[in-house]
Amino acid sequence: MPIETKEEFRPKIVAFCCNWCSYAGADLAGSSRLAYPADVKIIRVPCSCRVNPMFVLRAFEKGADGVILCGCHPGDCHYSTGNYYTRRRMTLLFSMLDYIGVENGRTRVEWVSAAEGVKFSATMNDFVAKIRTLGENVRLEDIRCKKQ
Amino acid sequence: MQEAMKECNPSVSSQILRERAGQLLTDGTVARVLAWKKGDLPHNPEPAFFDSAEALRDLTYDAFCGANLSKYMIEASKLEGKTLVFLKPCDTYSFNQLLKENRVDREKAYIIGIGCTGKLSGEKIRSLGIKAIETMEGAEEGMLCPGREDTETEDGRGAILTFQTLYGQKTCAYGDAMLERCHVCKGKEHKIYDELLGQSHDTKDAERFAEVERIEAMSPAERFAYFQSELSKCIRCNACRNVCPACSCRKCVFDSNKFDSAQKANADSFEEKMFHIIRAFHVAGRCTDCGECSRVCPQGIPLHLFNRKFIKDIDTLYGEYQAGDDAESKGPLTSFTFDDAEPGIVAERR
Amino acid sequence: MQRIGVFVCHCGSNIAATVDVEKVVELARMEPGVVHAEDYQYMCSEAGQARIQAAIEKKGLTGIVVCSCSPRMHETTFRKAAERAGLNPYMVEIANIREHCSWIHKDIEEATKKAVILARAAIAKVNLNTPLKPGESRVTKRALVIGGGIAGIQTALDIADAGYEVDIVEKTPSIGGRMSQLDKTFPTLDCSACILTPKMVEAGAHEKIHIYTYSEVEKVSGFVGDFTVDIRKKARSVDMDKCTGCGVCQEKCPSKKTPSEFNRGLNNRSAIYTPFAQAIPNVPVIDREACIKFKTGKCGLCAKVCQAGAIDYEQQDEIITEKYGAIVVATGFDVIQLDSYDEYAYSQSKDVITSLELERIMNAAGPTKGHLERLSDGRAPKEIVFVQCVGSRCSDDRGKSYCSKICCMYTAKHAMLIRDKYPDTHVTVFYIDVRTPGKNFDEFYRRAAEEYGVDYIKGQVGKVLPQPDGSLLVQGADLLDNRQLRIKADMVVLAAAIEPDPSVRRIATMLTASIDTNNFLTEAHPKLRPVESPTAGVFLSGVCQGPKDIPETVAQAGAAAVKAIGLLAKDKLTTNPCTAHSDELLCNGCSTCANVCPYGAITYEDRQVNDHGIREVRRLAVVNNALCQGCGACTVACPSGAMDLQGFSNRQIIAEVDAICR
Repeated sequence: MPIETKEEFRPKIVAFCCNWCSYAGADLAGSSRLAYPADVKIIRVPCSCRVNPMFVLRAFEKGADGVILCGCHPGDCHYSTGNYYTRRRMTLLFSMLDYIGVENGRTRVEWVSAAEGVKFSATMNDFVAKIRTLGENVRLEDIRCKKQ
Repeated sequence: MQEAMKECNPSVSSQILRERAGQLLTDGTVARVLAWKKGDLPHNPEPAFFDSAEALRDLTYDAFCGANLSKYMIEASKLEGKTLVFLKPCDTYSFNQLLKENRVDREKAYIIGIGCTGKLSGEKIRSLGIKAIETMEGAEEGMLCPGREDTETEDGRGAILTFQTLYGQKTCAYGDAMLERCHVCKGKEHKIYDELLGQSHDTKDAERFAEVERIEAMSPAERFAYFQSELSKCIRCNACRNVCPACSCRKCVFDSNKFDSAQKANADSFEEKMFHIIRAFHVAGRCTDCGECSRVCPQGIPLHLFNRKFIKDIDTLYGEYQAGDDAESKGPLTSFTFDDAEPGIVAERR
Repeated sequence: MQRIGVFVCHCGSNIAATVDVEKVVELARMEPGVVHAEDYQYMCSEAGQARIQAAIEKKGLTGIVVCSCSPRMHETTFRKAAERAGLNPYMVEIANIREHCSWIHKDIEEATKKAVILARAAIAKVNLNTPLKPGESRVTKRALVIGGGIAGIQTALDIADAGYEVDIVEKTPSIGGRMSQLDKTFPTLDCSACILTPKMVEAGAHEKIHIYTYSEVEKVSGFVGDFTVDIRKKARSVDMDKCTGCGVCQEKCPSKKTPSEFNRGLNNRSAIYTPFAQAIPNVPVIDREACIKFKTGKCGLCAKVCQAGAIDYEQQDEIITEKYGAIVVATGFDVIQLDSYDEYAYSQSKDVITSLELERIMNAAGPTKGHLERLSDGRAPKEIVFVQCVGSRCSDDRGKSYCSKICCMYTAKHAMLIRDKYPDTHVTVFYIDVRTPGKNFDEFYRRAAEEYGVDYIKGQVGKVLPQPDGSLLVQGADLLDNRQLRIKADMVVLAAAIEPDPSVRRIATMLTASIDTNNFLTEAHPKLRPVESPTAGVFLSGVCQGPKDIPETVAQAGAAAVKAIGLLAKDKLTTNPCTAHSDELLCNGCSTCANVCPYGAITYEDRQVNDHGIREVRRLAVVNNALCQGCGACTVACPSGAMDLQGFSNRQIIAEVDAICR
């Protein structure tokens, strides 16, 4: 009789990375062979301030289990002020998600410079571990998108 | 008796409004009047334009005139000539905000700041079991709200409103029938006006953020359950959006193809969350907390709790900010400081 | 529907060792819009690029996805390849399956799965791509330099020497700036005027340089390569063409009670004046506030004595409008007001002075003709106390949080010069830290302390108390010896913090150049673009960007000039096509987008629109593509979604999100 094994939970994680710092940081993590789970998929945006709260909610709606934004460190934005707006927007959005009962560990903003391959990898490892403990996103997912 | 009543009642009546509006129409100062007229039921007067002295017969102003007229000034600004608009103190915040966003034309508006002594909620009266109202007494503007010396009752809930209904005579205290927003009144000061009529009364008797704090204190599961149950009532009628003076886009993102988000079907639980979160986010830093969204929701969803959560966060994280306080300052989402809190503060605060 | 080609690169074994490239090709082929998919050893090689070009031509591809290394590596390569095959280069998307996949994952199945998802996201995006065309804008081959101090002079000279026209706008009657007020310079002890004057003369005589003194920038419009600037030439009341600079008018002028700005108010000047003898241009101005003729209508003495007939009381302010390709800000600095530092008794005693005032006292052309003396009684001071960091590195609101950078060195210079010229004068310096990084700087400071016997005391001065006998009681702490000191001094010199010239705020607003909390102009990148403002076409020279000494200022002035020359040398500018664009039917005209734009690229116009039959004039956001850098801040600020970013549109990003979450 076959033993039933519970399949390991593999979260879906969307990472928005700004073109100038964090995407380059992710490249550096790659060229330095600093592993992080394949659950993380990166979308390149010009600046973290390009990330619309609609994108974050859309990801959750379509079944993402975690969404992370990475941008240049405050003060180092390629466009000088973009990440300051990101900081306010995402603080308010995350606070709202928390307010309606979505586990706040599912959202994160992290500042990663082009030189911080190590930080990028460590951040992603940590974030994935966190999402794994939280389990599948059930609170924000669109039920129509669920796999039958 | 009539005289005595007038004396102890410094507030404005429909008649005073009609007279002043008539003068301004006749002398050509304004081309039309934006006010309220009687609705099909005694407790739902509705916003209306009047363009002649005769038409003004239907103008009404009483304790049910909660509707904020600022938003109608967007369209009125496109018309020839000035429009006389009556704004209650809290409505002037919305007008200022629209002015800041170039949505209304100050030159096209003749603003009479009118007194307000707390407005009544038809919804609340219904919830007190008073239905099928035929006539009522005591809803004349400013007569009976709580805190007024001349009409004060012992329990501080204001004087008694009397209703004749299909089911007989019913009564309730003014204070118990007041709109939520009047319990957290922003004050009696008009932020923008050309002239003032009547006096206002600050009806604040509750903490603005008490309800938000109550929800914040729940566990995530409880919060989720609470909003799930509230938002699942949503029928996407868009009344909240259409009435909101801040939500004044020519075309809403939920109606355009810009985000592949045009979607009206009430097919699942999350669409509503997306809609209401984004709606609140789009007006964050612009919402004056006028409470119209909750007032008009046919399902009784406390929508202002979304907006007020953002306001509370903005106040605590970025310093107190009241949208519409003026027509010039930069809003909290279009400004920043170098040492703003990091988004991680959301987790730390718990 | 697009016709998409997918090209999967092995990158030798870099990708192929962990990603099953054939599987990626196989699955990509099943995606909507994909009509061609292949893999190859090295897509970036000549042969690889040739395969892409061949596929584009043969299969009529309208978009391609290259699954390869980071777009930061080869995006340009593949865009150029596509262009050669007649495809718009912006119809190319890269799926990064090397840095973001094969190099960080070990499990082949897992890595392949991820590579497929990344390919799908890129395919979903390219399905929504539209051909983009970089714009072009013209370049006016003329530069404007705002500020005529050493920074502005050097920048102007460098640009002019490269063959371009330069205008300098200086608000005072002469160029020269702060450096002209200095006596000697550290660490060489050169005479400041001796090295500055030749530069001033050169700038004044240069055929490519036009100097507007006693003038201010009034209005700036336009954008990089094509600025239009209004300059207000204030009425000088003296005809610049007729005046010979003989100076008789200044001698005869009966109104001689106006504090001299140049001498920091330590002595007076006449109502008609040139700020200093070497002024360029050597043409006086009439200070109408002080002039008796302007105040009472009587006098007119200067006109009577002027042989050249240059005096013109009727002269009016004049507005000059000029076009420029580049603007250099060189507005410099001033020392802070010391009103809130009353503990040093600056306002109570004439013998408490700032270091800049000491420069004037030490200078042969200064109020004391170079003799070091007390301004109260003319006595030679025997005991001088220098106080460092007055308002610099300050933790409260009274002063500045930053280090003014130049004070340690000029104080060492002053101490050394005084000890050299007046060996019987004792000099004490109170400091928090002595900061002397710079070529020959520490050696210079050590000479002051060791060879010239200047007493350096680590500690701060708490109070300066003027005494009835005219001396100054200085109370301070010696932190190294842990004792309180009381020094009976004859003179106290305060190293007051420097701050950007107050005029810079207005100028920054006009230029939409960003400014920090201390009013220093912000550079485009603190390390890599230190002389450029984030606003394209605006460059920074000298202390307006941050505290600097003269050699640093001159170096930065040259760097700013080179950047400006690099811009002016171009006939046309190619603009990045990935810019924001506003949908006029959705725009509310609310200005929210303009409020978050760091480049001032968004303006508003009243335009006639036809919204499904409704014709009306609406206030609409218009993006200037030459200014927009494509950050996207406006797209999120816009509540209606009218504002979108080409190349990273809302629908494109959502398509990527959907593909990843599928």
